[in-house]
Amino acid sequence: MTKNKKSISSAWDVVNISRHPNRPILQDYLSLIFTNFVELHGDRYYSDDLAMIGGFAEIGDQKVMLIGHNKGKNVNENIERNFGMANPDGYRKALRLMKLAERFNIPIVTIIDTPGAFPGLEAEERGQAEAIAKNLTEMASLEVPVICVVIGEGGSGGALGIGVGDKILMLSNSIYSVISPEGCASILWRDAKFAPDAAEALNLTASALHKHGVIDEIIEEPGEGAHTNYEKIAESVKSSILRNLEKYINVSIEELIQRRFEKYSGMGKFSVNN
Amino acid sequence: MAWYSEPTAVKKKSIEDLWIKCKKCQSHIYKSEWEENLNVCPSCNYHGSITSYERINLLFDKNTFKELFNNISPIDSLKFIDLKGSYKDKYETAIKKTGISESVVTGHGKINGIEAVVAVMDFRFLGGSLGSATGEKILQAANYAYDNNLPYIVFSASGGARMQEGVLSLMQMAKTCAGIARLNKKNIPYISVLTNPTTGGVSASYAMMGDLNISEPGALIAFAGRRVIEQTIGEKLPDDFQTSEYLLKHGFMDSIVDRKNMKNYLSNVLSFYNR
Ligand SMILES: [Zn+2]
Repeated sequence: MTKNKKSISSAWDVVNISRHPNRPILQDYLSLIFTNFVELHGDRYYSDDLAMIGGFAEIGDQKVMLIGHNKGKNVNENIERNFGMANPDGYRKALRLMKLAERFNIPIVTIIDTPGAFPGLEAEERGQAEAIAKNLTEMASLEVPVICVVIGEGGSGGALGIGVGDKILMLSNSIYSVISPEGCASILWRDAKFAPDAAEALNLTASALHKHGVIDEIIEEPGEGAHTNYEKIAESVKSSILRNLEKYINVSIEELIQRRFEKYSGMGKFSVNN
Repeated sequence: MAWYSEPTAVKKKSIEDLWIKCKKCQSHIYKSEWEENLNVCPSCNYHGSITSYERINLLFDKNTFKELFNNISPIDSLKFIDLKGSYKDKYETAIKKTGISESVVTGHGKINGIEAVVAVMDFRFLGGSLGSATGEKILQAANYAYDNNLPYIVFSASGGARMQEGVLSLMQMAKTCAGIARLNKKNIPYISVLTNPTTGGVSASYAMMGDLNISEPGALIAFAGRRVIEQTIGEKLPDDFQTSEYLLKHGFMDSIVDRKNMKNYLSNVLSFYNR
């Protein structure tokens, strides 16, 4: 079966591309489009979570606070970084850096790529739910622009925990979902092997989410996916981030926060009967 | 994230339906005695589930509750169909069965004379899951509290975000928290009461963000499911894992309050609000 570039691939195809072993990860974008990265460590409470990294960085002429999920390139890196699944410490580190960006008055760029927040005993014990909830609440009123880019897997609350912003961008073969297709299939279809059906039903692709008003912009991937041309996708991500940051140069803090509140107030579809 | 779907109190199938079997201690209790005791087991203090309106009746002074936003209800915007049928059929059945239009009832009234706005979730409605209309009602109620400078109380009872609305339901976590953030800025008190169960996307959003986090005894409060965690880490978990008592011990709850004392507890803490 041959596919042209704009062919309609199934949601499950997209899921597989988003999880491709050679898909560019945060560290690739770090070396391709960010310079002068000053990594900042630790949440000041418990640990330095390697599944979530952040620090000062420059993109083009713009100084930003860069924060993102940190998947690995191989098994060893992935074990060290917990496959990009952060503990509460990671979300608390992210929030600390966001509040620092606010004090320094530099915009925030978050890079989202996680199967989900880590489901572990210690994660529960140290308040995974509280850590994510706190980020959602604090991010709603950050006094600097926040641009979020989903580059691979947007896994549920673990993605949203650094995903509340003024503009949400998604790579064309990335996914963003309330639950993994496998998890959804095992609950609603009683068998994980129905994951492709669940993927379709969940509307987790960039194009579906753009249609439903959840994301603002789709960054088109080259060829068969981002993994086929790192330079090209990195350039597209860079220009999209810079173009979106520019929109906030003359926006006051009050207006920024009001618009963000209105953006999230408008999320969702429901009926109102009078 | 809505992985919890177990019923909280199992009714014993009897011809007269006169008995309730306590899920925790397995005692058989007269239905009338169970109800008189506010759906709490007289022998082991297990707190069974209650409906939104039952809780509202326990909470508010007589004839003071005024419901708001009950004209908001779900729509099936993704045309979601799974093995057991369409989402539309599911919520229409839930509306018929429960008589409420979504998994939360919102309004305001007086608690021992103190005016407050509430959102009370109802586990009977699709497992109390957080859908778009749920999020809208919780935000609208928060905005009502904001506009009228009234304290806000949310009673959670939910398995988490509603899968059948995809990411739209996930976004309700951000939407509701945006409402809470505004209350924080205006120094309006927000009290979260976590009842059995409060899990997944609800625990990871407004339910954990109370100025005070209160829960009923023995409630399941969790981010990830017990089974998922056991599979992930390959260890057995402590017996009290993810209970109200466990969260109190680890610093995430202010207090555990029996249902019969909840009204007086809430009006007492609100009496300290001095703005
Ligand atoms: Zn009992």
